[in-house]
Amino acid sequence: MSDAATYNFGYLDEQTKRMIRRALLKAMAIPGYQVPFASREMPMPYGWGTGGVQVTASVLGADDTLKVIDQGADDTTNAVSIRKFFERTAGIATTTHTSEATVIQTRHRIPEAPLREGQILVYQVPIPEPLRFLEPRETETRRLHALEDYGLMQVKLYEDIARHGHIATTYAYPVKVDGRYIMDPSPTPKFDNPKMDMCPAIQLFGAGREKRIYALPPYTKVVSLDFEDHPFERTKFDRGCALCGSEGIYLDEVVTDDRGGRMFVCSDTDFCESQRAAPSEAGHGLHEVPR
Amino acid sequence: MSVEAIERGFADPVHDAQKVFRAALDAMAHPGRIARLASSLTPPSPLLGTSASLLLALADYETSIWLDDTLSENPAVSDFLRFHTGARLTRQRREADFAVIAAPADMPALATFAEGTPEYPDRSTTLIVQVEALANHGWHFSGPGIRERMAFSAAPVPADFPQQLAANRAHFPRGVDLIFVTSVELAALPRSTRIVESA
Amino acid sequence: MYVAVKGGESAIAAAHTLLAKERRGDPAVPELTTEQIREQLTLAVDRVMSEGSLYDRDLAALAIKQARGDLIEAIFLVRAYRSTLPRFGYAEPIETSAMTIRRRISATFKDLPGGQVLGPTFDYTHRLLDDSLNGGAAGTPSSPARKPVSEDAKVPHVADLLGHQGLIEPNPETESAAPVGDLTRDPLSFPAERDLRLQSLARGDEGLLLALGYSTQRGYGRTHPFAGEIRLGEVEVHLAPEELGFEVPLGTITVTECEMVNQFKGSAESPPQFTRGYGLAFGHCERKTMSMALVDRALRARELGEEIVAPAQDEEFVLSHADNVQATGFVEHLKLPHYVDFQAELQLVRQMRREWEDAQRKEAAE
Repeated sequence: MSDAATYNFGYLDEQTKRMIRRALLKAMAIPGYQVPFASREMPMPYGWGTGGVQVTASVLGADDTLKVIDQGADDTTNAVSIRKFFERTAGIATTTHTSEATVIQTRHRIPEAPLREGQILVYQVPIPEPLRFLEPRETETRRLHALEDYGLMQVKLYEDIARHGHIATTYAYPVKVDGRYIMDPSPTPKFDNPKMDMCPAIQLFGAGREKRIYALPPYTKVVSLDFEDHPFERTKFDRGCALCGSEGIYLDEVVTDDRGGRMFVCSDTDFCESQRAAPSEAGHGLHEVPR
Repeated sequence: MSVEAIERGFADPVHDAQKVFRAALDAMAHPGRIARLASSLTPPSPLLGTSASLLLALADYETSIWLDDTLSENPAVSDFLRFHTGARLTRQRREADFAVIAAPADMPALATFAEGTPEYPDRSTTLIVQVEALANHGWHFSGPGIRERMAFSAAPVPADFPQQLAANRAHFPRGVDLIFVTSVELAALPRSTRIVESA
Repeated sequence: MYVAVKGGESAIAAAHTLLAKERRGDPAVPELTTEQIREQLTLAVDRVMSEGSLYDRDLAALAIKQARGDLIEAIFLVRAYRSTLPRFGYAEPIETSAMTIRRRISATFKDLPGGQVLGPTFDYTHRLLDDSLNGGAAGTPSSPARKPVSEDAKVPHVADLLGHQGLIEPNPETESAAPVGDLTRDPLSFPAERDLRLQSLARGDEGLLLALGYSTQRGYGRTHPFAGEIRLGEVEVHLAPEELGFEVPLGTITVTECEMVNQFKGSAESPPQFTRGYGLAFGHCERKTMSMALVDRALRARELGEEIVAPAQDEEFVLSHADNVQATGFVEHLKLPHYVDFQAELQLVRQMRREWEDAQRKEAAE
């Protein structure tokens, strides 16, 4: 009963895969719209990537190569756990290299290396509804999407500016898809938002607990919400990675002691490693890692 | 049930279905892009192997299928689909999850199929249209999945098809999604695609 | 090296080893068998079967052992296993009036057809710790002398007795051909019909239902309930395969059923009469079914034209938060790394802090 060999390829039964595949095709045809799907109970907790896992299991084929990242890293515990799950239930090839992967499941980041046509990026989504924190009722938010009534969101962002002088949203920053639906990009930092726009890869979003799937086809206009006098600004770091020297990428802050010591390193571990392996391309020398 | 109905299904149900689904996903992701769809199925005529592959991969007892008159004329087609998918066959276009069209020149208007509601635009029909030829010239399209412009046409289709496509887009997010197949290829026009110029 | 991202795999393996060790406890104490759990922790088994939506005492016992007694974790294990099982069909509705009764009480009538049967209950125990259970030498309890109850006698429902006099609303007529909803196969959408509401409550967390049911008693959506009847016993489950055309018995299950009878002052459409609240669960789950019946009645506010003012009447609120497997997953996911988002927030707070300090300085200078 607990023998993995008795489970189907990719764990899900074929009927479940068909149901999810139908939802994915609808999601692809209505970019940014949240398609309800009959999310199944998975052998991992809700909130830990069950939506992403169900989407990945439904698209994955025997000749795919899978990469799994959490916080940009391949070796964070949850990424390891999900990668193991697919190695065990689908027996497929896995990689940590963004360029080698055909399917990438991610939590909270978009890889730094540009994605290409033919790749599929699967996002794990906790709360798919961008209006949820403004209006807790599903019946109401569904109506607002139907009417394309996004006044609530405009007001919220504008109040931010009035109060703080900024739009005080730094992650899960809402976007408008092809001029129609407002969409939650999952809790990626707003730094990653511009990568979604006109991306050549297919982007799929799975929210297991909330039972929603949505998608961005390749080459889809994805605009971060802003105002003419307060344009969207990407988070900027005033330094490069302490390990590979790259600039213009997203950094993790690592606390090195209890006296204020800290260093900043690439959040995307594969990107960092590949930059260090090819220092000439990075244009920076290797930095000594402080002990 | 006829002997044709138990004509075999997928040789490898798990992996064949996955390959067909990925072809459909890629087609939806790249409107107008024509891709090969190999099918080993030999369903009763006039159902094409490619259509049968799509339905075996996507339809089951939770879905309903509408067949046009040409397909309905051969009861073996219905038997084949019932046997292999478990799907309900419906005569109501507005109730259909999938519709299969074998006589595209005379196909019913797109607006007569389910196009969902403003709250649930996904409750709509996906049309599988069997045509003789797909080509990357003719009509021009833009929209999600298309970098700039895409030329695409399918034949035969009704004379007012470009107008129907434009009307389908005008209802967005409601509308139907189209998958065109020949005996060896497929291409899709999801409802998000805009027709910018007719042939 | 400070960037401690490597080694996730070995850390997970080590955590699993530690977990197994904790589960076993002191090896000098004999290992618990799943048979012991199945036979002696029956109410835990019943709750896991109910909220796990899978009637299998052995699997529930195994899940409880594996989960170290954490019932929500055990429910989760059972649910995850259940979702991989193929479906052969849908059973016919069970007939609880044909139940082999082990316990049946009514708080509305002193005596009634079928009688009051106290059965196995904590109700009149004095909650004094029983030292004789220590050390496993309590012996085998004897069975009390029992009035023989005719095996095939139907025990009518109290609500039906009231129904004969037209004093309680009729059970809502349903088209028998209409498919019964299944929220494990279709995503829940609102407004939900009663079939889906009851399914959601039956799978719902006992603690949440208890608190919500309690809140209605304290005035947050008051429904004036009477425990019309609570019954516990065994019922047969039948399947009617389409190709056979007749019913086949599959076996017997234990269920607890609660029917609440609630006051209703009537409305423009309906005369004053009693209304119903319903609860049903696998095994012996009395607290669960009573709470469920209270919440079911409260959730019928929309249907009965009552004003929706309290949490227990709010369908979207109750059904969206009733599932403890979903709830625990999302609460506990906060343990997962959120460095990336936290970094984004840090950047913003630092920036806003600088701007604030600049403004303060400017103000001071002026």
